[in-house]
Amino acid sequence: MHTTPFPFLTFLVLAPAVGAAVVALVPARRVPSWFHEALGVLATAVTLAVAVTVAVRFKTGDGGYQMTSNHVWAKSLGIHWSLGIDGISLFLVLMAAVLFPIAILGARAKRNPRAFVSWVLLLEAACLGSFLSLDLVLFFLFFELTLVPTYFIIGGWGYARRGFAAIKFFVYTFAGSAFLLVGIVSVAFIHRSQTGVLTFELPALVHTHLSGTEGVLLFLAFTAAFAVKAPVFPFHTWSPDAYAEAPTTGSILLAGVMAKLGTYGIIRFDLNLFPEASHTLAPILLTLGVIGILYGAVVACAQRDLKRLVAYSSLAHLGFIVLGTFALTTQGLSGGVLQMLNHGLVIAALFLLIGWIAERRGSWKVSHLRGLQLSAPVMAGIFTLVMLASIGVPGLNGFVGEFLVLSGTFIVHRWWAIAALAGVILAALYLLWAYQQVFHGTPDEENRTTRDLGWSERLVIAPLVILIVFLGIYPKPVLDRITPSVDRLVAHVEQVTHTQQPGVATTRYASVATGTSHAAATAPPHGAPPATARTTSSVGGRP
Amino acid sequence: MLHLTYLIVLLPLAGFVVQLLVGRRLGEPAAGGVATAFVGASFVVSLIVFAGLLGVHAPVRSFTQHLWSWVPVGGLHVEAAFTVDPLSMTMVLFVTGVSTLIHLYSIGYMHGDRDFPKFFLYLNLFVTSMLILVLGSNLLVTFVGWEGVGACSYFLIAFWFTRESAASAGKKAFIYNRVGDAGFLAAMFLTFDKVGSLDYTTIFARIGSIGSANITAICLLLLVGVAGKSAQLPLFPWLADAMEGPTPVSALIHAATMVTAGVYLLCRINPLLHASSSASLTVAIVGAVTALVGATIACAQRDIKKVLAYSTISQLGYMVLAVGTGAYEAAIFLMVAHAFYKGLLFLGAGSVIHGLHDEQDLKRMGNLRRYMKVTFWTVAVGTVALAAIPPFAGFWAKGDVLDAAWSRYPALWAVGIVAAFFTAYYITRLTSLAFFGDDRWRELVRPAAASTSSTTTTSTSGAAHGTAGNGGTSGDAGHGGEAHAPEPPHEAPWTMQVPLVVLAVCAFFGGVLSLPFVTSPTLLKWIDPVFGSALYNAHQSAALQWGLGITDSVVALIAATVAYRLWSTRSERPALEPVFLFRSWYINELYDLVIGRPGTRLAEFAATVVDTKVIDGAVNGIAGLVRLTGQGVRRLQTGYVRNYALGVVLGVVLLLGFMLTRLWWA
Repeated sequence: MHTTPFPFLTFLVLAPAVGAAVVALVPARRVPSWFHEALGVLATAVTLAVAVTVAVRFKTGDGGYQMTSNHVWAKSLGIHWSLGIDGISLFLVLMAAVLFPIAILGARAKRNPRAFVSWVLLLEAACLGSFLSLDLVLFFLFFELTLVPTYFIIGGWGYARRGFAAIKFFVYTFAGSAFLLVGIVSVAFIHRSQTGVLTFELPALVHTHLSGTEGVLLFLAFTAAFAVKAPVFPFHTWSPDAYAEAPTTGSILLAGVMAKLGTYGIIRFDLNLFPEASHTLAPILLTLGVIGILYGAVVACAQRDLKRLVAYSSLAHLGFIVLGTFALTTQGLSGGVLQMLNHGLVIAALFLLIGWIAERRGSWKVSHLRGLQLSAPVMAGIFTLVMLASIGVPGLNGFVGEFLVLSGTFIVHRWWAIAALAGVILAALYLLWAYQQVFHGTPDEENRTTRDLGWSERLVIAPLVILIVFLGIYPKPVLDRITPSVDRLVAHVEQVTHTQQPGVATTRYASVATGTSHAAATAPPHGAPPATARTTSSVGGRP
Repeated sequence: MLHLTYLIVLLPLAGFVVQLLVGRRLGEPAAGGVATAFVGASFVVSLIVFAGLLGVHAPVRSFTQHLWSWVPVGGLHVEAAFTVDPLSMTMVLFVTGVSTLIHLYSIGYMHGDRDFPKFFLYLNLFVTSMLILVLGSNLLVTFVGWEGVGACSYFLIAFWFTRESAASAGKKAFIYNRVGDAGFLAAMFLTFDKVGSLDYTTIFARIGSIGSANITAICLLLLVGVAGKSAQLPLFPWLADAMEGPTPVSALIHAATMVTAGVYLLCRINPLLHASSSASLTVAIVGAVTALVGATIACAQRDIKKVLAYSTISQLGYMVLAVGTGAYEAAIFLMVAHAFYKGLLFLGAGSVIHGLHDEQDLKRMGNLRRYMKVTFWTVAVGTVALAAIPPFAGFWAKGDVLDAAWSRYPALWAVGIVAAFFTAYYITRLTSLAFFGDDRWRELVRPAAASTSSTTTTSTSGAAHGTAGNGGTSGDAGHGGEAHAPEPPHEAPWTMQVPLVVLAVCAFFGGVLSLPFVTSPTLLKWIDPVFGSALYNAHQSAALQWGLGITDSVVALIAATVAYRLWSTRSERPALEPVFLFRSWYINELYDLVIGRPGTRLAEFAATVVDTKVIDGAVNGIAGLVRLTGQGVRRLQTGYVRNYALGVVLGVVLLLGFMLTRLWWA
């Protein structure tokens, strides 16, 4: 491991935290009402700039942790301020950095913007800290720290049943975290008993030898926390309440960013620390993933409330991530990681749009909405695009991830993938139904006058739209950075469990074979040889 | 010249982007003109690429253009790449050609529509997707186009979205297609699992290592996709509802191009089908049965577009039958010929609907040959071509299909010839009702008639009485909503007539693409190398071919005569329009009963009982239990020292007792 001269990652965590402190310290009476929001946007913009710099400096072929910073924090306890980034966390960091400014700009707090923005910035620091931590205690602190701002955001700025939703969210996730804490301490002490060194650093703890039972129990303890946070079926019932009652900003951040803490935790900690147990218990998790996909979709079909519908659709999409993860193949896991990014972008856009609908019509109940496409065609167009991305129409981002997850699962657990395919059909069912109810049909007087998206709103959602299209057409830059880290992880699991993923998942013989057959099929005088065809045609790429 | 291939796709895509950015500012008719120009330019580029392909001298002319690496993950490596070979080239030429004509026609048809520019935006996107589908050099790129055309079809069917029936029809089309697409996806997974690649060339090169059971599975899974896209049994009901879309859409998407994508896909994977006789037979059976079922339903419809929709289902069945027989060339021939005459019939129907102010009910037409001469003669050509009466295109095309079936699956030939009888019957019925008989359209005063008859013709009411349902908000091409005044119908503007005439000429002479008994290579023969040994050759004697041809003609002529005698004089013959056929064999009711209603109940049950009562109930139950425990235990915290002292004493006693028993036992 090498340390970069400038501590980019530390800066990533501190920038929003400092922003939060500054916003909190500037008294509300002395400055205009927009001042705190502007400060918040500035802090998130700086964070985004640093995140982009990190992405640019990121070495593509390297699957290990990069740009690490490591400082002793509590020496006697073996706790380190240890941060690092790899292909799995890179895009989650970028996604969070993109979503936070959008969440601040997309839905503005009705009252007390100072506290609101401050909480949001603190949440960003906690989320980025969680994605970057390589020390288990540090991770746990950040992981828990996310709860506090979220609790206040839901409870303070939410809708009618906000108090109930906030407490349910807090208690439920907190209960899960208790298992995580026990698990973390146990791993560290087992490691100490084997090596004599007390440390909470992930790279060291990876080498801990665990007996079968120990592995399984610790895996379950860790997974309890992550499964609640994601949420994974059947630990999801806090989420419809929390998503629906939270203000738009809260819904975006809960579903877009914080849900990924759960799935990220599974990939980062479960697979790294407990490869044996992950492999043994994979069928159970795969089954929970598939149930989540099908059950989430079926329940979504019965929702009459856009926010709850999206909440259940989110359960289904997270099921895909779990499925890909526990397929433990290169395609499945890469697809799962990519799908985390895709899901974040798509669900953020959906909640943003629903928030704007609610702002105009005072409701997101399907029965109150009708024929909005007539007066708000741009909103309808963007909603359509996002909906198709969520359904998984190819050419948009959702498809690539879903396809990788399913093909990566199919080659090892065929019937789980086939069962999950039904979810692909159901996704179309409930989303198109919702679209028809809300945007199609003849609007009544109230709906007829719904305002279309203004320029500022279009600008806010534009980055999401662009990313949704871009990642659908050209996901290569992302996949090239995810795959080496995923390969490392899969290799780690395989090494411990003495298993091997199928040959088709790894070998590249396919593309070589096609190259030669093209050459044979193309006649010399007219058909350009493959090599030249590749260079000439690169000009003709899509704009 | 071949390196221009990407432009074939890029041009309509550019048209789409232009419409997206400035479509509304361009307005009418400029937006339509721009869209037409982009698709026309794509057609011109296709011709150039075609010339380039003809210059390639190889056993199998083929050129692959790699654009960029799309999904590279480990062993899975999918390129965004296009392949031009005789098969895809034929499709490209006919897709861009027909699309250009229909774009032109739409400028007239969509005149005055509020969303005129948006219509062309969708059309351009559709053409882009269709070309991606056709040109894709691997299954995944084909799938991009495959889903893309499905999405565009959804947009365009639901184009008049204020009409509830149109919105529902769009959704229905998407969902039926999605069911098929799940099959397509599964086929891709299995292919990747067994081959490690999705490239057509690689798959075909490794066909020996896939294993016959897997090949059959792949073919059958793809057949599920084909059944969705090409409206075959059992996934065909969406196509009839799709007629809610504007008529040019029905012509372009739901007759000429998109619905033939399934047939194209089956032709594309011909080496796989060739390797599995059971899959081929299944394909042939599905096709033949669909041909018959579709044709029977078409006989009892009263909405002009629904007749044509079921006719399309039936004709697609013939194409699928041809593929299953191994007669790929015949399938492509019928596909192209069908695009001509069915496109023509739809545009003719559109002209009639346009002329009668959005009347789609055949029973309220009649004697239109007097008022719409161009439409009548062109539709007449289409009718004869579809009825398969020589020397029109349909005769040669369908004849090839049936000839091949005769030699390979005689039983399916019999099904096909029965379907051919119904085909000639229903299309002659349509023409007789619309263009002969009395001026029935004079008799009606619109609103009252709509309200009374909508009860009797519920399933067609959405389309047939569209005007009544419009409420003046959307309007079929902008002239809906007014009460239907019985003034003589008018002929359409030139933009609508030119495509009619061009297509009529094609429908007349389309047969020259592949004539029998011609020793020089016919136009369609050049695609044969693509199929190689997979192409079925019946080796039929001239006498047999004559015999089969005469049989086809006689059957068609009898059916046409019967239909003309029955329907040119009377418009109501309930005995010949059984409800069973009118309601398409009750297949919609069946799906509703078996899937729709139980599904809704399941979802309700899952949401209201499982989720809220069981799962969330357990969560809340645990929370409640904790609270109860807390309340119970709270009583112990009395604050009196004497109570605590009692507790301490009890504890000590228990502890001592425990230790004593341990000692005792020890």
